[in-house]
Amino acid sequence: MSSTQTPEQQADQGHDNHPTPRQYVNIALVLAVLTALEVSTYFFEFGAIAIPLLVVLMVVKFLYVAGWFMHLKFDSPIYSRLMYTGLAFALVLYAVMAVVTLFDHAPMI
Amino acid sequence: MATDVATTTLGIDHRKLGMWTFLGSEFLFFGAFVSAYLLYLDTTAGGPGVEIFDIPFTSISSFVLLMSSLTMVLAHHAHTKGDLRRMRLWILATAGQGAVFLGGQVFEFNVFFREGLELSTSPFATSFYILTGFHGLHVFVGILLLGSLYVLSLTGKIKANQDVKTEMIGLYWHFVDIIWVVIFTVVYLIPEIAVLD
Amino acid sequence: MSSTTEQTGYAGRPRQRDGFVGWITTTDHKKIGVMYFITVLVFFALGGIESGFIRWQLAQAEQNVLTEEIYNQFFTMHGITMVFLVVMPLSAAFFNYLIPLMIGARDVAFPRLNAFSYWVYLFGGIFLYSSFALGGAPNGSWVGYAPLSTDAVSNMAFYAVGLNILGVSSLAAAVNFIVTILNMRAPGMTFMRMPVFVWMALVTNFLLLFALPIIAVALFMLNVDAVFGGQFFEPATGGDPILYQHLFWLFGHPEVYIMILPAMGIISEILPVNSRKPLFGYAAVVFAGAAIGFIGFGVWAHHMFTSAIGPVARSAFALSTMFIAVPTGIKIFNWVFTMWGGKLRFNTPMLFSIGFVSMFTIGGLSGVTHAIVPHNAQQHDTYYVVAHFHYVLFGGALFGLIAGIYFWFPKVTGKMMDEKLGKWHFWTWLAGFNLTFGPMHMSGLLGQPRRTAVLPGELGSTVELYNLLSSLGFVVLFGSALVFLYNLIDSTRNGEASGDDPWDARTLEWITPSPTPFENFHVVPTITHRDEFWHRKYAEDEAGRAIPVPAGAAEDPDAGAEHDEHIHMPDPSYWPLVQTLGFFPFGYGLVYGNFLLIGLGLAWLVIGMYGWIIEPVAEGDDDEPDDAEQVAPTATAGAH
Repeated sequence: MSSTQTPEQQADQGHDNHPTPRQYVNIALVLAVLTALEVSTYFFEFGAIAIPLLVVLMVVKFLYVAGWFMHLKFDSPIYSRLMYTGLAFALVLYAVMAVVTLFDHAPMI
Repeated sequence: MATDVATTTLGIDHRKLGMWTFLGSEFLFFGAFVSAYLLYLDTTAGGPGVEIFDIPFTSISSFVLLMSSLTMVLAHHAHTKGDLRRMRLWILATAGQGAVFLGGQVFEFNVFFREGLELSTSPFATSFYILTGFHGLHVFVGILLLGSLYVLSLTGKIKANQDVKTEMIGLYWHFVDIIWVVIFTVVYLIPEIAVLD
Repeated sequence: MSSTTEQTGYAGRPRQRDGFVGWITTTDHKKIGVMYFITVLVFFALGGIESGFIRWQLAQAEQNVLTEEIYNQFFTMHGITMVFLVVMPLSAAFFNYLIPLMIGARDVAFPRLNAFSYWVYLFGGIFLYSSFALGGAPNGSWVGYAPLSTDAVSNMAFYAVGLNILGVSSLAAAVNFIVTILNMRAPGMTFMRMPVFVWMALVTNFLLLFALPIIAVALFMLNVDAVFGGQFFEPATGGDPILYQHLFWLFGHPEVYIMILPAMGIISEILPVNSRKPLFGYAAVVFAGAAIGFIGFGVWAHHMFTSAIGPVARSAFALSTMFIAVPTGIKIFNWVFTMWGGKLRFNTPMLFSIGFVSMFTIGGLSGVTHAIVPHNAQQHDTYYVVAHFHYVLFGGALFGLIAGIYFWFPKVTGKMMDEKLGKWHFWTWLAGFNLTFGPMHMSGLLGQPRRTAVLPGELGSTVELYNLLSSLGFVVLFGSALVFLYNLIDSTRNGEASGDDPWDARTLEWITPSPTPFENFHVVPTITHRDEFWHRKYAEDEAGRAIPVPAGAAEDPDAGAEHDEHIHMPDPSYWPLVQTLGFFPFGYGLVYGNFLLIGLGLAWLVIGMYGWIIEPVAEGDDDEPDDAEQVAPTATAGAH
């Protein structure tokens, strides 16, 4: 059935633009530094910025691992769509659920 | 099948698409456990709460798991180059780090248990053990998968040009890792800091 | 082409494709679809018998046909059976049989996983029913609210574990079908050329993909609480039973659409064929389906208006619930306009489809009344709710699915179902259905509570009359079901031959002979139109009227296509069956808190998985063959 493929498909299989081991190690180093920064919030006083900082670091680490180690940056966009759809569903649904449970103590009708 | 990816509609491998589809749904598994945990942070029923966590210890095991993602991706890279010997080496390193993480978790559970945090102590205890235990189960499955990959590549069942198999197991492994990135921050660090303040 | 069955002799994989071994080792999506269907019939009979006892008990006030405990077990098992063992798997039967045929594929993406899904479904059902012999079936209702369900008296551990096993089946099937639809369409089959049924299947499977994990967690928490001393929903230590309700309905409401969307897809195929017109507003139907799926996640708390969720949440969810009626309404108008001005043929599938549209509209309207919070508080846990959801699930989903059975029966067997008996079935079914569930609206509004073993005499003779009518309706339905069963069995044997295209249909599945040949398509068709098959049969004259294309005159779009010399179909396998047996020790271990059984079950599952991985796969290898072994390009049916 090879006669029926589209040019995009042919272009798509040929891609071999995955990073080199050097780049992987660099990413891992960045991740290590970010983790050290995270852990330092436990040992040093960061005050009010500690929690926002931790959330940002978590998101950055997440994106690095997903983008580089899981190749989302280099692969077909459909993989990213599947994963981030699941993530978005989880975040929105459980956030709404958490908000609703906060109304638990509101007066009953 | 002779997965000639050129014959698929999207030009991608079925198995990889299936794995990503599954991983998309996994967020909803962990999300439910995490929300239950956050809901019950203060519901300790007089038992130990988040102050029981040993952040330095957990930091180290978290770091080990994070670095196992590096060795995993290097294993995949070696496989794409057809270098099965190096691939096996990195696989072994990855599984080893996973085992260290799992050992750390068992140790941690033991310590907490002795300090009075039992599964049935409080909703906090139940949700903590079930959430991290469920993640630990994922790590355990990952180690099994890595072990199979190792053995099957030795027997010749997995060939040098079948790097999609290593890639699939890698995807799963990295996923388990990013879930821990979230758990480490949301379950351990933030509550602990919030309590310290 | 004819070589498909000969090239299957590999050590370690069964060769037989027929007989008993052929069935239990099959990886063929058509056979698996048929197996789903037959299993559903058995569970439908069980669920029906349970409902018969319920109606017998409630036929008159203050009766004691059943003890209260047995009554509770029966209504719980009736709900679980009809939802998880009948409507969902019956949809799965249609997905299995039709998706590959409708998109021009030779099988699903993962044939062995498909067999796995079936066996897990069968064993999950057997596991649930085994509870009757092991100290009593679950009796805490199909929603399983904590803390009743965490108490051993309710036997709900079987419910938690059994439904989780069934969830494994549905999740595996969801991944399988999503990959199949996204990645195995015939050349030219773009998204907007897919049959509406395939679209609805895609939406349904995404709903399953995102909703099942939520219920899996809720049930697992229930399991931990009930068996292992967990405190998730234990109010005594601060646990919150409302959390269970949230998690259950976060799944439970999408589940409603999981059950109805496949039926909507089915009638979107049947109405155009029997109105001799294309579907009115294809794009609107598709997008309304996707919108229903999406919004369906945002309305769950309307099931909890009488729980402690607060007035703000009640108002927000009341609004979103009313909003979801909009896409549903769009679909109903599209179906009506499809029939408008068409040359209607009132055969049995068409009658059931029209029955679907009308009964579902009634159910939908009573559903909108639940969105009004004060009204909801009045109806909550009364028979009004029972009437509502039977109108959407029985009058809706089941009517649509039965329409599908009549419509595609010739595709599967090459024979027609008897029209006369079919019409008898339809009219008695419609009458019996309305007689059973119509009066429940009234008795519910008059205050009859659901899930109550004895009909209290103080509700008065009006309510008693309504209940008697409901029970008589059951008798009518039972007789009607026997007509259907007889028709089904008799037509399989003695039905009139249908020919390849008995309905003058529109979509791709009818392009191949009926019954479907083993490899589905001799040549995978190239798609140039929505309703491809119709366009191959008819051209339009100047006035836009359809005129048949004389046989042989049209250019065969596939004439130039490369003939697949060597069709490679998935091999049968023992492993899906062998592996899934491991769910028995695993499940009983979780119910009884026996770690030895859990370990045995897990080991069994892992070993089964290894058997699966290691067994030889076709053509020298499973996937990318070494370059040296590279064979000629093959048309492939799926990963193994």
